[in-house]
Amino acid sequence: MADTVQGFSNVRRTRFWQRGFFASQTAYVLLALIVLVFAMSLASGNFLSPGNISNIVRNFSFIAIATLGITLVIITGGIDLSVGSTMALSATTTSLTMVGLTAAGFYPFPGSQLILALIAGFGTAAIIGFANGFAIAKLKLSPFVTTLGSLSIVRGLTYVATQGRGTAPTGPDKALFLAITSGQVGGIPVSFLYLVALAVLMWLVLNHTAWGRHVYAIGGNEAAGRLTGVPVDRVKIQVYVLCSLAAGFNGIIISGWLGSAPANLAQAYELTIIAAAVIGGANLAGGVGGAAGAIIGCILIEVIRNGLVLARVDPYWQQTLVGCIIVAAVLVDRFRSLRSG
Amino acid sequence: MALLELRNVSKEFGAIRALNDVSFTIKPGEIVGLMGDNGAGKSTLVKIMSGIYQPSGGELLFGGERAHIHSPGEARRLGIETVYQDLALADNLTASANIFLGRELKYGFGPFKLLRHRAMNARAVELFAELKSETRADDLVRQMSGGQRQAVAIARTRLTDARLILMDEPTAAISVRQVAEVLGLIHRLRDAGIAVILISHRMPDVFAVCERVIVMRRGSKVADKPVAGSSPEEVTALITGALEAA
Repeated sequence: MADTVQGFSNVRRTRFWQRGFFASQTAYVLLALIVLVFAMSLASGNFLSPGNISNIVRNFSFIAIATLGITLVIITGGIDLSVGSTMALSATTTSLTMVGLTAAGFYPFPGSQLILALIAGFGTAAIIGFANGFAIAKLKLSPFVTTLGSLSIVRGLTYVATQGRGTAPTGPDKALFLAITSGQVGGIPVSFLYLVALAVLMWLVLNHTAWGRHVYAIGGNEAAGRLTGVPVDRVKIQVYVLCSLAAGFNGIIISGWLGSAPANLAQAYELTIIAAAVIGGANLAGGVGGAAGAIIGCILIEVIRNGLVLARVDPYWQQTLVGCIIVAAVLVDRFRSLRSG
Repeated sequence: MALLELRNVSKEFGAIRALNDVSFTIKPGEIVGLMGDNGAGKSTLVKIMSGIYQPSGGELLFGGERAHIHSPGEARRLGIETVYQDLALADNLTASANIFLGRELKYGFGPFKLLRHRAMNARAVELFAELKSETRADDLVRQMSGGQRQAVAIARTRLTDARLILMDEPTAAISVRQVAEVLGLIHRLRDAGIAVILISHRMPDVFAVCERVIVMRRGSKVADKPVAGSSPEEVTALITGALEAA
C-alpha cells in the first residue's frame, strides 16, 4: 500500500500510538473506563451482577442517543444547548397526540395512533433543529446564543402546551408505545439496541461518506470548506436537524420508561450530554469527535454515578466528580498534544 | 493564442476603486509574477480570476472566449485552480482528504455512496511523487511542515487538468529550504505545460522562476515586461512609485 511505496529520507512515520485512534482522547478515556470498571468490580461484588449491568445500560441509553447527535454538532464547531428542552417537547407532543387522537376516537387500524404520535414528536424535533440550523448557518448567528434562546423557547412551549402538568401517553396504542420505548428484546433494553444501531450508522457515515468528511472539514476550517466546494450551510443545517431528532428520540424513550412526559423532563440534561460528548473526545473547538467517544463518555459518567451509589458515597458528590473528570479528560489530551507537538 | 486575457478590468468597493482598467494576457505554460505593495490590488485581481469577486467593469477571456466566473467551482471547471494565501486546508484531515475535499471519489450505491479511501490515497501518492514532495498521503495536515502543506495545496490543483494556477503568496510563511522546494514545484508545473501566476512580495522568488513580471500600484498596472529586461531595483522602484512606469 501507500506506506511501502513512499520511502522518504527525512519524513519518518509517526509511531502507531501517536496517530489514529490510539492518539485520541477517546482512547485514553476508554482506558480509564476499563480501569474504573475493574476497580469497581473488585470493590463491590454487585457491580458486575446482571441486574446492575442492565441498570447501567438502561440509564446511559437515556442520554446516549442525544449525545450522538450533539457530537455531530460539536464536530462542526457548533453547540446545541436546546437538546434537553427538545427532549421534553418531543416527548410531550408525542403524548399529547396520543391523548388527543384517543379523545377524538380516531383509530383506523392498530398502531395508527402511535405512528401519528411519533410523526408529531419527531416532526417537532426536526422543526426545532431546522430553526437552529437556519439561524446559525444562514443568518450567521452564534450557535451558543441561538440555542440558548431555543432552550428557553422550547421549554416554555412545553409548559404552555401542558400548563406545567405532565402528560401520559394513553389510548389503544399505549402498550405498543411502552414496548418500543422501554421494552426488552432477549433481556436487552430496546433503547440500548437503538443506540448501538445508530452509533454504527453514525460511524459509517462519518468515516466512509463524503458528507461525514464534510462535517469534519467544516469543524477544521470552514473557510477552506467553502473555497473547495463543500456545501457548508446545507451540511450545518442537516447536522442541527439530526441533533434535534436524536434528542427528540431520546426524550420519547425516556417518557416511555417513566410512563409519562413531565413538563420538566430532561431539565438541565444538556449539560450532562455536552459533558459526555466532551469527555468522550469531542473537541468544542471543532473538527474532532466520533460515535465511539460519545458512547464511552456516557458510559463513564453512568459508571461513576452507579459506582458512587454502590459505594454508598453521598450522591451529592456525583456532580463534583463528573466535573473533575471533564477537566481531567481535556487535561490529559492537552499534555499529550504538547508532548507530540 | 492567449490562455487568459483581461481587458480593462476594474473593480469598485463602494467609493474605493481597487482596480483601474487592468489589461494583460497570460500564454499557456507561462510563469508570470504579479507584484505590488499592500493595497495595490493584487489580491482583488486574484479573487476576480478565481471567481470570488465579479469585476465592476471590463471582461475576462479564457481560451479566447468570454468567461463569466461566478464562483470558485466555476473557475475550477474552466481549468483555473487557486492556491490561497492561507492554503485553505483543514488541519484535522489527512493530506489526501484535503486534496479531494469537495470532489471525493465514491462507490455508488444509490443515494448511499461510500468513499474510495484507497483510490484517493493512491492518487494522492502519485501527485506527491509527481511534485517530488516527501509528503505522506495519510498523514494529518496538522503534523506537516510549511513546505508539505504547500505541497498539499498545490497537489489539489493537479487533480484535474488545470491550465492556469494562481498562487497567492506561496512562499510567505515558510523556511528557506522549503521556498526552494516550492519554486521547484512551480518549475515542474511549467514543464507540464501549465501557466502559473505567482503573487509574491519576495523579489528573489519572482526573479528565480518567472519569465515576465506585472507590477501593480494603486489599482493600476504600471509595468508588464520580461524579467530578463528588468532588475530587482527597477521593480522595487515601480512598486514604491519612485519610477512612474516601465
